[in-house]
Amino acid sequence: MTSGAPADLTRRSAAQLAEALAAGEVSSVEVTQAHLDRIAAVEPAVHAFLHVSGEDALATAADVDARRARGEELHALAGVPIAVKDVVVTQGVPTTAGSRILEGWRPPYDATLVARIKAAGLPILGKTNMDEFAMGSSTEHSAYGDTHNPWDLDRIPGGSGGGSAAAVAAFEAPLAIGTDTGGSIRQPAAVTGTVGVKPTYGSVSRYGLIALASSLDQAGPCTRTVLDSALLHALVGGHDPLDSTSIPEPLPDVVGAARRGADGDLSGVRVGVVRELQGEGYQAGVLARFEESLTLLREAGAEVVEVSCPHFGYALEAYYLILPAEASSNLAKFDGMRFGLRVEPEDGPVTAERVMAATRGRGFGDEVKRRIILGTYALSAGYYDAYYGSAQKVRTLIQRDFAAAFAQADVLVSPTAPTTAFRLGEKLDDPLAMYLNDVATIPVNLAGVPGLSLPAGLSDDGLPVGFQVIAPAKADDRLYRVGAALEAALESRWGGPLLAQAPELEVQR
Amino acid sequence: MTTTTPALVGYDDAVARYDTVFGIEVHVELGTRTKMFDGAEVAFGGEPNTQVTPVSLGLPGALPVVNATAVEYAIRIGLALNCSIAESCRFARKNYFYPDVPKNFQTSQYDEPIAHDGWVDVELEDGSTFRVEIERAHMEEDAGKNTHVGGLTGRIHGAEYSLVDYNRAGIPLVEIVTRPVVGAGARAPEVARAYVQTLRDLFRTLGISEARMERGNVRADVNVSLRTSPDAPLGTRTETKNVNSFRSVERAVRYEVSRQAAVLDEGGTVVQETRHWHEDRGETSSGRVKSDAEDYRYFPEPDLVPVVPDPAWVESIRAALPELPAARRRRLQGEWGYADAEMRDVVNAGAVELIEATVAGGASPAAARKWWMGELARTAKQDGTELAELPITPAQIAALQGLVDAGRINDKLARQVLEGVLAGEGDPEAVLVARGLEIVSDDGPLLAAIDAALAAQPDVADKIRGGNLGPVGAIIGAVMKATRGQADAGRVRELVLERVAG
Repeated sequence: MTSGAPADLTRRSAAQLAEALAAGEVSSVEVTQAHLDRIAAVEPAVHAFLHVSGEDALATAADVDARRARGEELHALAGVPIAVKDVVVTQGVPTTAGSRILEGWRPPYDATLVARIKAAGLPILGKTNMDEFAMGSSTEHSAYGDTHNPWDLDRIPGGSGGGSAAAVAAFEAPLAIGTDTGGSIRQPAAVTGTVGVKPTYGSVSRYGLIALASSLDQAGPCTRTVLDSALLHALVGGHDPLDSTSIPEPLPDVVGAARRGADGDLSGVRVGVVRELQGEGYQAGVLARFEESLTLLREAGAEVVEVSCPHFGYALEAYYLILPAEASSNLAKFDGMRFGLRVEPEDGPVTAERVMAATRGRGFGDEVKRRIILGTYALSAGYYDAYYGSAQKVRTLIQRDFAAAFAQADVLVSPTAPTTAFRLGEKLDDPLAMYLNDVATIPVNLAGVPGLSLPAGLSDDGLPVGFQVIAPAKADDRLYRVGAALEAALESRWGGPLLAQAPELEVQR
Repeated sequence: MTTTTPALVGYDDAVARYDTVFGIEVHVELGTRTKMFDGAEVAFGGEPNTQVTPVSLGLPGALPVVNATAVEYAIRIGLALNCSIAESCRFARKNYFYPDVPKNFQTSQYDEPIAHDGWVDVELEDGSTFRVEIERAHMEEDAGKNTHVGGLTGRIHGAEYSLVDYNRAGIPLVEIVTRPVVGAGARAPEVARAYVQTLRDLFRTLGISEARMERGNVRADVNVSLRTSPDAPLGTRTETKNVNSFRSVERAVRYEVSRQAAVLDEGGTVVQETRHWHEDRGETSSGRVKSDAEDYRYFPEPDLVPVVPDPAWVESIRAALPELPAARRRRLQGEWGYADAEMRDVVNAGAVELIEATVAGGASPAAARKWWMGELARTAKQDGTELAELPITPAQIAALQGLVDAGRINDKLARQVLEGVLAGEGDPEAVLVARGLEIVSDDGPLLAAIDAALAAQPDVADKIRGGNLGPVGAIIGAVMKATRGQADAGRVRELVLERVAG
């Protein structure tokens, strides 16, 4: 790729930008301004951002440029701008989690991953749109409007992290942070033709993520290349004493694995195709792209075997008990007493209980209320064993399925989502159809293992298809090796990145 | 809600016909430097909402981390109460909406307490012991503190608004739950009081809390039920919340026995409910009925990993436990040579530590006991206060006894010195000097007084010279009077005899 006009800067990967910055070829202020310009141009069409922090981002960029000029040693990604999903707490910057109930809240502290991003000198461009409290697969449950898929503005960008994926796909940011509780990084990546990784549970600190389901939530990278995901993963990951569930040992060498994978040699790698994650309910075009990718993996030297995970059929049901149960408790703190929205009852006495009820009644959207009611019920005395208790048993069975499968294969693979992006509004009134989008991603969260989605081509409808790679816990490096190898093989077939085939957005000048 | 005082049955009458069963839940605030799940400092009396972090305010995104010192303190309590320590245990969320609970759930232990199945022997005033069985001791966090403004009662009903101080939110607590205490009979109130007192002493000895009842460091909930005989199944119980002094624990049990007996006598049934304790009236009143109690929707806290105390660590904590109060009392009694009854009085008077410190200051155990259980006990009783609250230290008592032992004052003068110390005139030495109370040991002034006395009573002087020593006392008395009691009577006698013989 040639350097040149600042507009080209938005087309480069984070790794390329980092190189150009290190070489003094461009400044961080130029790179950041180019992305802010792009945001200004395409946001009216895409609406990936809830808040843009232009001044702060440029100030960080200028600071990094000055430090670089002084010869200070900087992080490899210093000066490369990034977008952050609005579920991540950022000091002094509005953080809403896509909900009315947090409108206007400016947190007094930074999430650990934000602190790491700031310490490394990445200008934060802003906060990205999402389904309210990360509940959804289309970003349509945001209280602040829909985000549009850059491939087709009438379609959903996936969810809950549709904003982060769309921002990356629309070249508004080279890097973004997402969070993935049941697929909220990987499914948006799949439907926007980008890369997204859900790391091993506990490998990226949850301190400062507004919790949806504590035992499932995990933050991770949203990027356009596998290497960029590895670079961001390495930056935000690693032990954090503020998160009790954080893994104490160091991360595996994910960046090294991505670079090695790009060589394209997968000799000796056993790839397990999960029998239960294909077939009925999966679009023909999705399955066709999946099969082609398997062929490429074989050509790269991998041994492809079929594995069975018989309990995956219960994953969705277990997930929709565990998630609402934990969410009903996690979301109890939004009560109008200490922060965010506060609504007084329209008539009758103004008691704490009635203020809480009025605030929650007005502040939460329907999907959030639906899940709080489900979760409250699942935890109720007399129902706990039948619902929450049984779901935890299913979770154990799914973990055993993974253990058995990983005895036969180094990584497991599947389509990331059963379909390409559907039309905005198409499934909004059918929660069950919406939930089925995550059928292939949810087992990964239930087991705490890492998963990656990368673009596998376009389906018959001309929309991107995602290919999912799953590795054992703490073996995130395998995702990157296999992902980078497949990415290299696919791009050599396509003659460049898939996103080069995306339609140009009509730009506001 | 009724506010009329219900009929009561006289206590003796009630216990003659009903068997009392009680149980106590004691909450103790641990004296850790920081809170149970975050780094906010714990200190008494800070400005409201200054000892908080995102975690103790329950801000979005904040996560708990278990305070290792709090776990160690909880294990100390468990071991001192002869409990088994769990090999692995978890925290749970107790979900309920209330403004003083910042997350709208309390992080507590539910079905997996850190310590379980223990006992403690409680010493009663007559010297006998009563064994109370412990069901469990578990860790949890305290709630914030609500202040209801604008009402008459300080309660939420009728208040215009409420203020919440989250300084207390997240302070580590250990809750100790007894099994139903049976077999105490009419002595149930006394056993209940002694149990809480025993725990308070234990907490202090273990160094896990200042355990000051008046600051709410130790709070007790008292469950009471009656049954017609010790063979009958347990009756319906009431739970009286926040009974926060030893005396109140005793009174609350007594009151509930009398009240429940009256209900049962009339053929009624005791309602299972929580009740409020009114210190001023010495009564309980109906609170929340348990049947419409909330469903707390407990489930394991997913933000925390299980607490798995290393057995070697537990053993090192056990090995480092200080001598516990009962064992210490037995040892001190042996060292001091007190009779059982003497020791019991000392314990009941709360004088063990005072005497120990006085002995450490150099006084003999007998002298120390004489002062604290004699003159000082009388003073304390007169002033309506506790021995430990008197404005005098064990070191001062030891110094006072030192003056007596050195012959510089006699017992009578010592009481005057004591009076001076209690009046705030300084240490015994200073009082002695300031008041000029030292025994006159210089012969000069004594001889002058003797000569004056002999001259004033020539007939007595003659009798003595004639070998009749009987009237010597009259001369000595006159000399003592002249020296305002500050003469050594023995020395005066010697000098009188020398004078007469000379």
